[in-house]
Amino acid sequence: MALRRVRADLHIHTCLSPCGELAMSPRAVVERARAAGLDLVAVTDHNTTRNAAAVAEAAEGTGLAVLPGIEVTTSEEVHILGLFEAGSDIGPFQAEIDRNLPDVPAKRKFIEDQVVVDAEDYVTGFDPRCLFGATLFTVHEAVALIHRHGGLAIACHIDRESFSLVSQLGFIPPGLGLDAVEVSPRSSAAEAEARFGPFAPLAVVRFSDAHRPEEIGTATTDFLVASPGLAEVRLALAGRAGRRVLGP
Amino acid sequence: MTLGDLVSRLDLRVFTPGLALDRPVLGGYAGDLLSDVIGHGRKGDLWLTIQIHPNVVAVAVLKELAAIVLVNGREPAAETLEQAAREKVPVLGSALSSFELAGRLHGMGVKGS
Repeated sequence: MALRRVRADLHIHTCLSPCGELAMSPRAVVERARAAGLDLVAVTDHNTTRNAAAVAEAAEGTGLAVLPGIEVTTSEEVHILGLFEAGSDIGPFQAEIDRNLPDVPAKRKFIEDQVVVDAEDYVTGFDPRCLFGATLFTVHEAVALIHRHGGLAIACHIDRESFSLVSQLGFIPPGLGLDAVEVSPRSSAAEAEARFGPFAPLAVVRFSDAHRPEEIGTATTDFLVASPGLAEVRLALAGRAGRRVLGP
Repeated sequence: MTLGDLVSRLDLRVFTPGLALDRPVLGGYAGDLLSDVIGHGRKGDLWLTIQIHPNVVAVAVLKELAAIVLVNGREPAAETLEQAAREKVPVLGSALSSFELAGRLHGMGVKGS
Protein backbone atom coordinates (compact mmCIF):
# COMPACT_ATOMS: atom_id res chain seq x y z
CA MET A 1 0.00 0.00 0.00
CA ALA A 2 1.33 3.41 -0.90
CA LEU A 3 2.29 5.49 2.08
CA ARG A 4 1.82 9.23 2.18
CA ARG A 5 2.38 12.20 4.43
CA VAL A 6 -0.60 12.97 6.67
CA ARG A 7 -0.58 16.24 8.60
CA ALA A 8 -2.31 15.91 11.96
CA ASP A 9 -3.39 18.10 14.86
CA LEU A 10 -4.77 15.62 17.37
CA HIS A 11 -5.43 17.91 20.33
CA ILE A 12 -8.30 20.32 19.66
CA HIS A 13 -10.97 21.53 22.10
CA THR A 14 -14.51 22.58 21.23
CA CYS A 15 -17.04 24.88 22.87
CA LEU A 16 -17.81 22.04 25.30
CA SER A 17 -14.54 22.57 27.15
CA PRO A 18 -15.04 25.28 29.77
CA CYS A 19 -11.89 26.99 28.52
CA GLY A 20 -12.73 26.49 24.84
CA GLU A 21 -14.20 29.49 23.06
CA LEU A 22 -17.83 29.38 22.02
CA ALA A 23 -16.51 29.98 18.52
CA MET A 24 -15.08 26.43 18.56
CA SER A 25 -18.17 24.98 16.90
CA PRO A 26 -18.03 21.89 14.68
CA ARG A 27 -18.27 23.88 11.45
CA ALA A 28 -15.66 26.38 12.57
CA VAL A 29 -13.26 23.62 13.64
CA VAL A 30 -13.63 21.84 10.30
CA GLU A 31 -13.31 25.02 8.26
CA ARG A 32 -10.23 26.17 10.13
CA ALA A 33 -8.59 22.73 10.04
CA ARG A 34 -9.03 22.56 6.26
CA ALA A 35 -7.70 26.08 5.83
CA ALA A 36 -4.65 25.08 7.87
CA GLY A 37 -3.98 22.19 5.47
CA LEU A 38 -4.68 19.44 7.97
CA ASP A 39 -5.60 15.91 6.90
CA LEU A 40 -6.47 14.55 10.34
CA VAL A 41 -7.72 16.12 13.59
CA ALA A 42 -8.96 14.82 16.93
CA VAL A 43 -11.61 16.37 19.15
CA THR A 44 -10.31 16.28 22.72
CA ASP A 45 -12.43 18.09 25.29
CA HIS A 46 -11.77 17.92 29.02
CA ASN A 47 -13.18 14.68 30.44
CA THR A 48 -15.82 14.38 27.72
CA THR A 49 -16.20 13.01 24.20
CA ARG A 50 -19.70 14.39 23.65
CA ASN A 51 -18.97 16.91 20.88
CA ALA A 52 -16.72 14.60 18.86
CA ALA A 53 -19.44 13.02 16.76
CA ALA A 54 -20.81 16.42 15.73
CA VAL A 55 -17.40 17.52 14.45
CA ALA A 56 -16.98 14.23 12.57
CA GLU A 57 -20.39 14.71 10.98
CA ALA A 58 -19.58 18.31 10.06
CA ALA A 59 -16.44 17.04 8.30
CA GLU A 60 -18.22 14.45 6.17
CA GLY A 61 -17.46 14.91 2.50
CA THR A 62 -14.75 17.52 3.12
CA GLY A 63 -11.77 15.13 3.02
CA LEU A 64 -10.85 15.96 6.63
CA ALA A 65 -10.64 12.90 8.89
CA VAL A 66 -11.80 13.32 12.49
CA LEU A 67 -10.97 11.08 15.45
CA PRO A 68 -13.05 11.14 18.63
CA GLY A 69 -10.91 11.80 21.66
CA ILE A 70 -10.67 13.17 25.15
CA GLU A 71 -8.27 14.96 27.47
CA VAL A 72 -8.59 13.12 30.78
CA THR A 73 -7.61 14.86 34.01
CA THR A 74 -6.16 12.23 36.35
CA SER A 75 -6.25 12.29 40.15
CA GLU A 76 -2.70 13.69 40.11
CA GLU A 77 -3.97 16.47 37.82
CA VAL A 78 -2.04 15.11 34.86
CA HIS A 79 -3.64 15.54 31.43
CA ILE A 80 -3.72 12.39 29.29
CA LEU A 81 -4.97 12.42 25.71
CA GLY A 82 -7.14 9.47 24.62
CA LEU A 83 -7.66 8.99 20.87
CA PHE A 84 -10.15 6.52 19.42
CA GLU A 85 -11.03 5.09 16.01
CA ALA A 86 -13.44 7.13 13.92
CA GLY A 87 -16.96 5.74 14.16
CA SER A 88 -16.18 3.49 17.11
CA ASP A 89 -18.64 3.30 20.00
CA ILE A 90 -17.09 5.40 22.73
CA GLY A 91 -20.23 5.37 24.87
CA PRO A 92 -18.91 2.69 27.27
CA PHE A 93 -15.66 4.64 27.67
CA GLN A 94 -17.54 7.87 28.40
CA ALA A 95 -19.73 6.02 30.92
CA GLU A 96 -16.57 4.99 32.82
CA ILE A 97 -15.37 8.60 32.83
CA ASP A 98 -18.78 9.84 34.02
CA ARG A 99 -18.79 7.37 36.91
CA ASN A 100 -15.36 8.57 38.00
CA LEU A 101 -15.78 12.32 37.59
CA PRO A 102 -16.82 13.82 40.95
CA ASP A 103 -20.21 15.46 40.59
CA VAL A 104 -19.13 19.00 41.34
CA PRO A 105 -21.78 21.29 39.89
CA ALA A 106 -20.27 24.00 37.74
CA LYS A 107 -21.08 27.61 38.55
CA ARG A 108 -23.79 28.97 36.30
CA LYS A 109 -21.43 31.17 34.31
CA PHE A 110 -19.21 28.16 33.63
CA ILE A 111 -22.06 25.84 32.72
CA GLU A 112 -22.86 28.27 29.95
CA ASP A 113 -19.30 27.71 28.76
CA GLN A 114 -19.86 23.94 28.45
CA VAL A 115 -21.92 23.79 25.30
CA VAL A 116 -23.06 20.57 23.61
CA VAL A 117 -23.78 21.14 19.92
CA ASP A 118 -24.80 19.28 16.78
CA ALA A 119 -23.07 19.17 13.41
CA GLU A 120 -24.96 22.28 12.28
CA ASP A 121 -23.63 24.27 15.25
CA TYR A 122 -27.02 24.30 17.01
CA VAL A 123 -26.82 24.19 20.79
CA THR A 124 -28.42 20.98 22.04
CA GLY A 125 -27.51 21.26 25.71
CA PHE A 126 -25.07 22.17 28.44
CA ASP A 127 -22.96 19.93 30.63
CA PRO A 128 -23.78 20.83 34.25
CA ARG A 129 -20.71 19.19 35.80
CA CYS A 130 -17.39 20.87 36.36
CA LEU A 131 -15.59 19.24 33.42
CA PHE A 132 -12.20 20.66 34.25
CA GLY A 133 -12.00 18.79 37.58
CA ALA A 134 -9.91 15.72 38.23
CA THR A 135 -11.31 12.24 37.68
CA LEU A 136 -10.63 9.55 40.27
CA PHE A 137 -8.32 7.71 37.86
CA THR A 138 -4.59 7.65 38.51
CA VAL A 139 -2.38 8.14 35.43
CA HIS A 140 -1.81 4.40 35.31
CA GLU A 141 -5.56 3.72 35.48
CA ALA A 142 -6.34 6.35 32.85
CA VAL A 143 -3.82 4.89 30.38
CA ALA A 144 -5.13 1.38 31.02
CA LEU A 145 -8.75 2.54 30.59
CA ILE A 146 -7.98 4.21 27.25
CA HIS A 147 -6.14 1.10 26.06
CA ARG A 148 -8.95 -1.19 27.21
CA HIS A 149 -11.31 0.74 24.95
CA GLY A 150 -8.98 0.44 21.97
CA GLY A 151 -7.50 3.93 22.19
CA LEU A 152 -4.08 5.53 22.12
CA ALA A 153 -2.82 7.25 25.28
CA ILE A 154 -0.57 10.28 24.99
CA ALA A 155 0.82 12.40 27.86
CA CYS A 156 -0.19 16.01 27.12
CA HIS A 157 2.05 19.07 26.86
CA ILE A 158 4.90 17.60 28.88
CA ASP A 159 6.86 20.80 28.28
CA ARG A 160 4.37 22.82 30.35
CA GLU A 161 4.59 23.66 34.04
CA SER A 162 1.02 22.75 34.83
CA PHE A 163 -1.15 19.68 34.32
CA SER A 164 1.67 17.74 32.72
CA LEU A 165 3.10 14.37 33.66
CA VAL A 166 6.45 16.03 34.29
CA SER A 167 5.14 18.99 36.33
CA GLN A 168 2.88 16.85 38.52
CA LEU A 169 5.01 13.73 38.94
CA GLY A 170 8.53 15.04 38.32
CA PHE A 171 9.35 12.47 35.65
CA ILE A 172 7.60 9.84 33.55
CA PRO A 173 6.79 6.88 35.81
CA PRO A 174 8.25 3.61 34.54
CA GLY A 175 5.84 1.04 33.17
CA LEU A 176 3.12 3.54 32.26
CA GLY A 177 2.69 2.16 28.75
CA LEU A 178 2.16 5.46 26.94
CA ASP A 179 1.92 5.50 23.15
CA ALA A 180 3.58 8.92 22.85
CA VAL A 181 4.31 12.18 24.63
CA GLU A 182 3.06 15.52 23.35
CA VAL A 183 4.73 18.90 23.45
CA SER A 184 2.81 22.15 23.16
CA PRO A 185 3.30 24.91 20.58
CA ARG A 186 5.44 26.67 23.19
CA SER A 187 8.27 24.34 22.23
CA SER A 188 9.52 24.52 18.66
CA ALA A 189 10.01 21.25 16.82
CA ALA A 190 13.77 21.61 17.33
CA GLU A 191 13.38 22.29 21.06
CA ALA A 192 11.07 19.31 21.41
CA GLU A 193 13.59 17.07 19.70
CA ALA A 194 16.49 18.34 21.83
CA ARG A 195 14.64 18.08 25.14
CA PHE A 196 12.49 15.01 24.66
CA GLY A 197 14.25 13.11 21.88
CA PRO A 198 16.07 11.06 24.54
CA PHE A 199 12.68 9.56 25.45
CA ALA A 200 12.99 7.43 22.31
CA PRO A 201 11.60 4.95 21.48
CA LEU A 202 8.62 6.79 22.97
CA ALA A 203 7.36 8.93 20.08
CA VAL A 204 7.26 12.71 20.53
CA VAL A 205 4.37 14.53 18.86
CA ARG A 206 3.47 18.20 18.79
CA PHE A 207 -0.15 19.39 18.65
CA SER A 208 -1.89 22.75 19.09
CA ASP A 209 -4.15 22.16 22.14
CA ALA A 210 -6.33 24.72 20.35
CA HIS A 211 -8.99 26.50 22.41
CA ARG A 212 -9.66 29.17 19.75
CA PRO A 213 -10.18 28.70 16.02
CA GLU A 214 -7.02 30.57 15.07
CA GLU A 215 -4.93 28.17 17.16
CA ILE A 216 -5.92 25.10 15.14
CA GLY A 217 -2.92 23.80 13.23
CA THR A 218 -0.40 26.06 15.00
CA ALA A 219 1.42 22.88 16.01
CA THR A 220 1.14 19.73 13.93
CA THR A 221 2.82 16.37 13.45
CA ASP A 222 3.28 14.64 10.12
CA PHE A 223 2.85 10.88 9.89
CA LEU A 224 3.93 8.61 7.04
CA VAL A 225 0.89 6.36 6.80
CA ALA A 226 -1.44 4.67 4.30
CA SER A 227 -4.50 6.63 5.40
CA PRO A 228 -5.57 9.12 8.08
CA GLY A 229 -6.95 6.82 10.78
CA LEU A 230 -6.22 5.61 14.29
CA ALA A 231 -4.81 2.20 13.30
CA GLU A 232 -2.32 3.87 10.97
CA VAL A 233 -1.32 6.46 13.59
CA ARG A 234 -0.80 3.60 16.05
CA LEU A 235 1.60 1.93 13.60
CA ALA A 236 3.41 5.21 12.99
CA LEU A 237 3.89 5.92 16.72
CA ALA A 238 5.32 2.43 17.14
CA GLY A 239 7.41 2.75 13.97
CA ARG A 240 5.98 -0.45 12.52
CA ALA A 241 5.13 -1.67 8.98
CA GLY A 242 7.04 1.20 7.39
CA ARG A 243 4.82 3.77 9.07
CA ARG A 244 6.54 6.43 11.11
CA VAL A 245 6.42 9.87 12.62
CA LEU A 246 7.96 12.23 10.08
CA GLY A 247 8.32 14.91 12.69
CA PRO A 248 6.59 17.80 14.34
CA MET B 1 14.29 17.57 66.27
CA THR B 2 13.83 14.02 64.98
CA LEU B 3 11.03 12.46 63.00
CA GLY B 4 10.06 10.52 66.11
CA ASP B 5 9.67 13.74 68.14
CA LEU B 6 7.37 15.19 65.49
CA VAL B 7 5.35 12.00 65.15
CA SER B 8 4.51 12.05 68.84
CA ARG B 9 4.01 15.82 69.20
CA LEU B 10 1.81 16.14 66.08
CA ASP B 11 0.16 12.75 66.37
CA LEU B 12 1.29 11.76 62.90
CA ARG B 13 0.35 8.41 61.44
CA VAL B 14 3.28 6.15 60.48
CA PHE B 15 2.68 4.25 57.22
CA THR B 16 6.15 2.67 57.22
CA PRO B 17 6.37 0.97 60.64
CA GLY B 18 9.56 -0.89 59.73
CA LEU B 19 11.64 2.28 59.32
CA ALA B 20 13.58 4.06 62.07
CA LEU B 21 12.38 7.54 63.01
CA ASP B 22 15.61 8.78 64.55
CA ARG B 23 16.72 10.88 61.60
CA PRO B 24 16.85 14.64 62.17
CA VAL B 25 14.42 17.04 60.51
CA LEU B 26 16.36 20.06 59.25
CA GLY B 27 13.53 22.03 57.66
CA GLY B 28 10.27 21.74 55.80
CA TYR B 29 8.69 22.12 52.38
CA ALA B 30 5.10 21.87 51.17
CA GLY B 31 4.15 21.20 47.57
CA ASP B 32 2.11 18.95 45.31
CA LEU B 33 3.91 19.47 42.01
CA LEU B 34 6.82 17.06 42.09
CA SER B 35 8.78 19.15 39.61
CA ASP B 36 8.57 22.04 42.10
CA VAL B 37 9.74 19.87 44.98
CA ILE B 38 12.64 18.64 42.85
CA GLY B 39 13.52 22.28 42.29
CA HIS B 40 13.09 23.59 45.84
CA GLY B 41 13.23 20.78 48.39
CA ARG B 42 16.39 20.61 50.50
CA LYS B 43 18.22 17.79 52.22
CA GLY B 44 16.62 16.89 55.54
CA ASP B 45 13.28 18.60 54.77
CA LEU B 46 10.01 17.21 55.99
CA TRP B 47 7.83 17.24 52.84
CA LEU B 48 4.09 17.93 53.13
CA THR B 49 2.04 16.85 50.11
CA ILE B 50 -1.23 15.37 48.92
CA GLN B 51 0.43 13.41 46.09
CA ILE B 52 0.35 9.67 46.79
CA HIS B 53 1.86 8.44 43.51
CA PRO B 54 4.95 6.18 43.80
CA ASN B 55 7.05 8.95 42.21
CA VAL B 56 7.02 10.79 45.58
CA VAL B 57 9.46 8.20 46.90
CA ALA B 58 11.89 8.80 44.06
CA VAL B 59 11.73 12.55 44.67
CA ALA B 60 12.41 12.06 48.39
CA VAL B 61 15.43 9.88 47.57
CA LEU B 62 16.72 12.32 44.96
CA LYS B 63 16.51 15.29 47.33
CA GLU B 64 17.48 13.33 50.47
CA LEU B 65 14.33 14.51 52.26
CA ALA B 66 13.78 13.43 55.88
CA ALA B 67 10.30 12.03 55.27
CA ILE B 68 7.06 12.44 53.36
CA VAL B 69 3.92 13.56 55.21
CA LEU B 70 0.65 12.93 53.41
CA VAL B 71 -1.83 15.57 54.53
CA ASN B 72 -5.64 15.83 54.50
CA GLY B 73 -5.84 12.21 55.66
CA ARG B 74 -4.59 10.91 52.32
CA GLU B 75 -3.39 7.31 52.26
CA PRO B 76 -0.47 6.16 50.12
CA ALA B 77 -0.94 3.89 47.11
CA ALA B 78 0.20 0.32 47.81
CA GLU B 79 3.07 0.62 45.35
CA THR B 80 4.19 3.84 47.03
CA LEU B 81 4.54 2.01 50.34
CA GLU B 82 6.45 -0.86 48.73
CA GLN B 83 8.92 1.56 47.19
CA ALA B 84 9.17 3.57 50.42
CA ALA B 85 10.09 0.43 52.35
CA ARG B 86 12.62 -0.55 49.70
CA GLU B 87 14.20 2.91 49.57
CA LYS B 88 13.90 3.47 53.34
CA VAL B 89 11.85 6.67 53.01
CA PRO B 90 9.52 7.15 55.99
CA VAL B 91 5.93 7.95 54.96
CA LEU B 92 3.81 9.68 57.59
CA GLY B 93 0.27 11.00 57.58
CA SER B 94 -1.80 13.76 59.10
CA ALA B 95 -5.48 14.59 59.05
CA LEU B 96 -4.52 18.28 58.90
CA SER B 97 -4.16 20.32 55.73
CA SER B 98 -0.74 21.43 54.48
CA PHE B 99 -1.51 24.95 55.71
CA GLU B 100 -2.42 23.86 59.23
CA LEU B 101 0.40 21.37 59.60
CA ALA B 102 3.02 23.75 58.22
CA GLY B 103 1.82 26.37 60.72
CA ARG B 104 2.25 24.02 63.64
CA LEU B 105 5.65 22.84 62.43
CA HIS B 106 6.79 26.42 62.08
CA GLY B 107 5.69 27.13 65.63
CA MET B 108 7.82 24.21 66.77
CA GLY B 109 10.90 25.57 65.08
CA VAL B 110 10.81 23.62 61.80
CA LYS B 111 11.41 26.32 59.18
CA GLY B 112 11.52 26.59 55.41
CA SER B 113 14.49 28.05 53.57
